[in-house]
Amino acid sequence: MTTLDQRLALPGTARRRALPRWLRNPGVLCAIPMLVFLGLSFAAPLLAVLGYSVMPPRTFDFGQGLSLENYSDVFLESYYLSFMKSLGLALATVALLLLISWPIAYGMAKLFGTWANWLTLFLVIPLFVSENIRLFGWVLFLIKGGVLLGGAEAWLGITAEGLIYNVGAIILGLVYVYLPFMLFPMVLGISMVPKDATEAAEDLGASRWQVFREVELPLAMPGIMIGCLLTFILSLGSLAESKILGGQAVIMIADEIETAFTFGQNWPLGSALSVILIVFSGTLVITLLRWLDLDRILGRRS
Amino acid sequence: MPEPILRLVGVQKRFGAFEAVKDIDLDILEGEFFTIVGPSGSGKTTLLRMLAGLEEPSEGEILLRDARINEVPANRRPTCMVFQSLALFPHKSVGQNIEFPLKMRGVDPAERRRRCLQLMEQLRLPQDFYDKSVKQCSGGERQRVALARALAFDPEILFFDEPLSAIDFRLRKMLEKELKDIHKDTGKTFVYITHSLEEAMVMSDRIGIMRDGGLVQVDAPDAIYSRPANRFVSEFMGEVNVLEVQANGQGLYCPVLERAVQGPADTGFERGFLVIRPEYLRFLTNGESADNRVEGVLYNEYALGSRIQYQVRVGSQVFIVEKLREQRYQGALDETVTIGWDARDSVLAPE
Repeated sequence: MTTLDQRLALPGTARRRALPRWLRNPGVLCAIPMLVFLGLSFAAPLLAVLGYSVMPPRTFDFGQGLSLENYSDVFLESYYLSFMKSLGLALATVALLLLISWPIAYGMAKLFGTWANWLTLFLVIPLFVSENIRLFGWVLFLIKGGVLLGGAEAWLGITAEGLIYNVGAIILGLVYVYLPFMLFPMVLGISMVPKDATEAAEDLGASRWQVFREVELPLAMPGIMIGCLLTFILSLGSLAESKILGGQAVIMIADEIETAFTFGQNWPLGSALSVILIVFSGTLVITLLRWLDLDRILGRRS
Repeated sequence: MPEPILRLVGVQKRFGAFEAVKDIDLDILEGEFFTIVGPSGSGKTTLLRMLAGLEEPSEGEILLRDARINEVPANRRPTCMVFQSLALFPHKSVGQNIEFPLKMRGVDPAERRRRCLQLMEQLRLPQDFYDKSVKQCSGGERQRVALARALAFDPEILFFDEPLSAIDFRLRKMLEKELKDIHKDTGKTFVYITHSLEEAMVMSDRIGIMRDGGLVQVDAPDAIYSRPANRFVSEFMGEVNVLEVQANGQGLYCPVLERAVQGPADTGFERGFLVIRPEYLRFLTNGESADNRVEGVLYNEYALGSRIQYQVRVGSQVFIVEKLREQRYQGALDETVTIGWDARDSVLAPE
């Protein structure tokens, strides 16, 4: 330690000696600029949101005294309904993703071999294109007279109303956009299931379904839970899907927050909604991770 | 004579161009402890996996009590396997692991528990292990859990894929004997594979030696020990002295020693190997006599626990001689010694 200090000794050493011991640690010193940056850029906005949420409605500075009116407005002015809708859509998305991802993930982890790499590539490439642009692609595909319906009309003579601007379209968008966030943790989870364990289960008389329920599912659970958590939180806070594919069919909570900050010019209300969303998601993540106890599921300790 | 329970007729397994198992004909008898021994890569695991239903043979037939079972999947066969890794379910307790096959069959929980505790007692697992995580069990305990789980299935044949290979020496010796006891108690057919002929000798009624996907010799342990089919089998049993010999009408001639040697009665081949176990070689002092005598230099000695091994160089041939520690040779290293063996203590093996 001393030698390191001496080697680091530059002009101004005398002053540095006066610093507390933990501050003289080069690691801490090097981390300080980043800590300051993170503090300002990460914590400060959160604190600002928290601060605004207890200001009187429609104020734009902090000097107006405290008020809980925004929080009561959330429940009195039916913003909570948007909350419930978002929750419902997020749950539906997670459920659909579970069903869709399992067979793909199982194939990628156990069956496809080198083809799994190609599949990964094809799933990742679209991520390079902005989410909004991809969603507009879906609009062109599903809209009345678009790729799908226009094609059907031209070749088959079938006419139909557009398939977008409804709940189904929003869920389609959410499932489409968040598929990788469910799929890849799940692939990881399934690849943690030892081949021996499934073979042993089979050898001990388990049917295909029993192998799935008794061995594969519980052993892949950490990956599945992480996938669920990620997609649930992301869907809950999603905005673009309901705006672009949903029209005004469903107003989701993120939509309400955006409206409050922009069109509504009611920052304190938007802040209160944000705080509720953050607290809700945060509590969920923490309880789930604690209950999940990854180590125990992985069997590292009991 | 017991009936064959399992019959292999011309069984082959190919992975692409690679022939893992080549044309095996074998009868495994009802109630016997049959061990397949071979070095790694000899195809013994593939053979066992075909018997268990985890692989399908490319050619040939596997018959269980004269019914073809080639295409019957593992979960429909009345057989059960103890894996090399044991393949315990890490997310289940000892009790849940042992009860697994019963649960799959829809046995009710009370009966499952009764049967499980009975097996735990039989395998000397303490009853309070029932709720213990298998991850907390020691190597020996895990072995017993895996065996109890397989026995809970109540199979007609039990397969073992080197389950003792990762266990330390003393515990392994103990578990080998326990396994033989369990075989005797249950009366079931056991098919065991291992790379250690020594392990096979301890437990087996019959042993099949495998090499490069084929069976080299199938015999009782004593017969394999005293009449190895070839040099590979004899060397597989541990360190032995192997002398290349030629039959020349009057007897055997050893080109390396440039002299005639006395061996067992001529078995009718021209070239072969004379195999002499190290414990049958003697240091000839005080004019002691032996059918064969050679002079060499005592090059080095090694302590092998209860025995001492000596290396004696005779020209380009190195002989190994083993004596019990109590009967150790009292000569100095690098001195000329005379060693010898009797013809009846040597075995003649074909090329």
